[in-house]
Amino acid sequence: MEWIQQLVNGISLGSIYALIALGYTMVYGIIKLINFAHGDVFMIGSFIGFYAIAKWELGFFPALLLAMAVCAIFGVLIERIAYKRLRNATRIAALITAIGVSLLIEYTTIFFRGAQPAAYPEVITNKSFDVFGVQISSTSILILSVTIVLMILLQFIVHKTKIGKAMRAVSHDADAARLMGINVDNTISATFAIGSALAGAAGVIFGVYYTKIDPLMGVIPGVKAFIAAVLGGIGIIPGAMVGGMLLGVVESFVSALGFSLWRDAAAFVILILILIFRPSGIFGKNAREKV
Amino acid sequence: MRENKKLKKFGSLLVASSLLAGVLAGCGNGDSSSSGGGSSSGGGGSSDGDTIKIGANLELSGGVASYGSSIALGAELAKKEINDKGGINGKKIELIKVDNKSENSESTAAAIKLITQDKVVAMLAPATSGNTVATVQIANDKKIPIVTGSGTAPNITVNDDGSVNDYAFRTCFIDPFQGIVAANFASNELKAKNVAIFADNASDYAKGLAKSFKETITKNGGKVVKEEAYVAKDTDFRTQLTTIKAEKPDFIFIPGYYEEVGLIVKQARDMGIDVPLMGADGWDSPTLVELAGKKALNNTYITNHYSAEDPDQKIQDFVKAFKAANDDKAPDAFNALGYDTIYYIADAIERAGSTDGEAIKDALADTKDLSLVTGTFTVDKNHNPIKTATVLEFKDGKQVFNSKVNP
Repeated sequence: MEWIQQLVNGISLGSIYALIALGYTMVYGIIKLINFAHGDVFMIGSFIGFYAIAKWELGFFPALLLAMAVCAIFGVLIERIAYKRLRNATRIAALITAIGVSLLIEYTTIFFRGAQPAAYPEVITNKSFDVFGVQISSTSILILSVTIVLMILLQFIVHKTKIGKAMRAVSHDADAARLMGINVDNTISATFAIGSALAGAAGVIFGVYYTKIDPLMGVIPGVKAFIAAVLGGIGIIPGAMVGGMLLGVVESFVSALGFSLWRDAAAFVILILILIFRPSGIFGKNAREKV
Repeated sequence: MRENKKLKKFGSLLVASSLLAGVLAGCGNGDSSSSGGGSSSGGGGSSDGDTIKIGANLELSGGVASYGSSIALGAELAKKEINDKGGINGKKIELIKVDNKSENSESTAAAIKLITQDKVVAMLAPATSGNTVATVQIANDKKIPIVTGSGTAPNITVNDDGSVNDYAFRTCFIDPFQGIVAANFASNELKAKNVAIFADNASDYAKGLAKSFKETITKNGGKVVKEEAYVAKDTDFRTQLTTIKAEKPDFIFIPGYYEEVGLIVKQARDMGIDVPLMGADGWDSPTLVELAGKKALNNTYITNHYSAEDPDQKIQDFVKAFKAANDDKAPDAFNALGYDTIYYIADAIERAGSTDGEAIKDALADTKDLSLVTGTFTVDKNHNPIKTATVLEFKDGKQVFNSKVNP
């Protein structure tokens, strides 16, 4: 039973990684930029949700939607202000800018509210269900269902809508897409908006599940989500979902085997192994293009 | 003590107490300068005159000002009480306070000033361990005993090579001692047999507590069924808690700081772990209650220096006197330790019958069964007090006095 419990723990953790990883992978897919500020958008989403619940007394779902909306706008702003003018610059310049933006968001938040943690209010009465000796809490069921709904929605947007088609076209060949009359700038903004909204949702879910949030909370989940994205194959949307879940479960099992202090190390070992043996990730096909 | 972790705890007290301390410090400085002038004009021969000078080298400003200020408030009250009763052997105590600005180098400078210029006979050492260590060398060189109220690091009184610093003493217990108390409480009061330990692997404080807890509980006939560890800043403890739960412990010891402990307690209760949980003074913060939630904290215990709710007559008298002197503010552990430190020094001077540093040092080291607010104590060969610790229980988010445990 202990192992099934660990699986449940791992999937709950993994779905948060997966939601953040989607934003990484979408942005990478379209402008080949590792957006290191993404973990901080996740943090901002978490704080928006916190203020919505604690100060304005909204319920879970209104808070979730508000955080997603604010993060979508925030993501587009970051893209317009920091990344747009670097579109034709070297990739390393854009990468360093992303790290700069990340630090700027973190420390601006600390400047305004201090570095002390905040505790998420209990917005959902938490009940535990005992399924054959495995404790499944109502919050972990909620996390999983919200994650799945958002992923289905994302698949729908990418594959069935016009903007999704435009995104895929720009990702495939931005110049050709522009020649075909696609507004590349708007498409890139839309990608940032969707990715950031997912990060915002992940932020609120994280707060509800783990209670403690602080201005630097985005750093480690951000890096883990990046590993998840690489594991699944960066630029590939289903890859991010699978990569995230897999990473969560691996971390849980490493811990369960008695190596809890090695849990973070395990994630990075995975990153190194993947980069050595299969740089295109689990779902990647064309290794040369993705590296 | 552990500077940063406890800062927030006293955040609200900070403003109030630093204001008060500022006022008091103002008075103190006025006194000392006038009497200093008096004694210098009176000539060196009567340097003691009719007062006994005790220095107070405290954090009255800077990062941990709340600790130093709280100690000062307690010390002032003790001084006033002793003087009202006629002083020590007929001589009044004069407390000379110097601000060390919460810095090591300033602490050293303040100690030099107190000992060489003000000619104090003993010194109340800084509130934090680091600052106290910075004054130990001077105390040894000048043969003036120092006593810290709240410096809990073992290396204040005992050097790494095991030698004891002759002139360094303390009023509080040392960190690992709380592990012993927790283990005795678990065995005797809670009848715990199979215990688990879940410790912060990134802090010496938590590791020290876990070690002493394990040794004592094993000696008491208990069994450690699982030892797990986490690292500060983690947020997900469910995996470790799952492995702990699988071993079915009837008690879990969680030495660590409130930021992580709050989450651990919450997640443990969510997972259906309803056995007693216990920690030490690292849990002592309002943030803990916010993070864990009032309900999850039921059936959890902490060890601490003292509780204002302790029904003991001595403590209630102290609480009443302190409230009367400080706008009805209930004294915290630092106030109590500052208060006790003055009584500890005064008792030693009285027994020594002289203000000679060496005699006072010997008397401090010989202290036996001295009854103080934070417990009756006897000083051991390492200059650490052997005293009772207070066990507090959380009930609906409030710390309620549970019992006192002897080492």
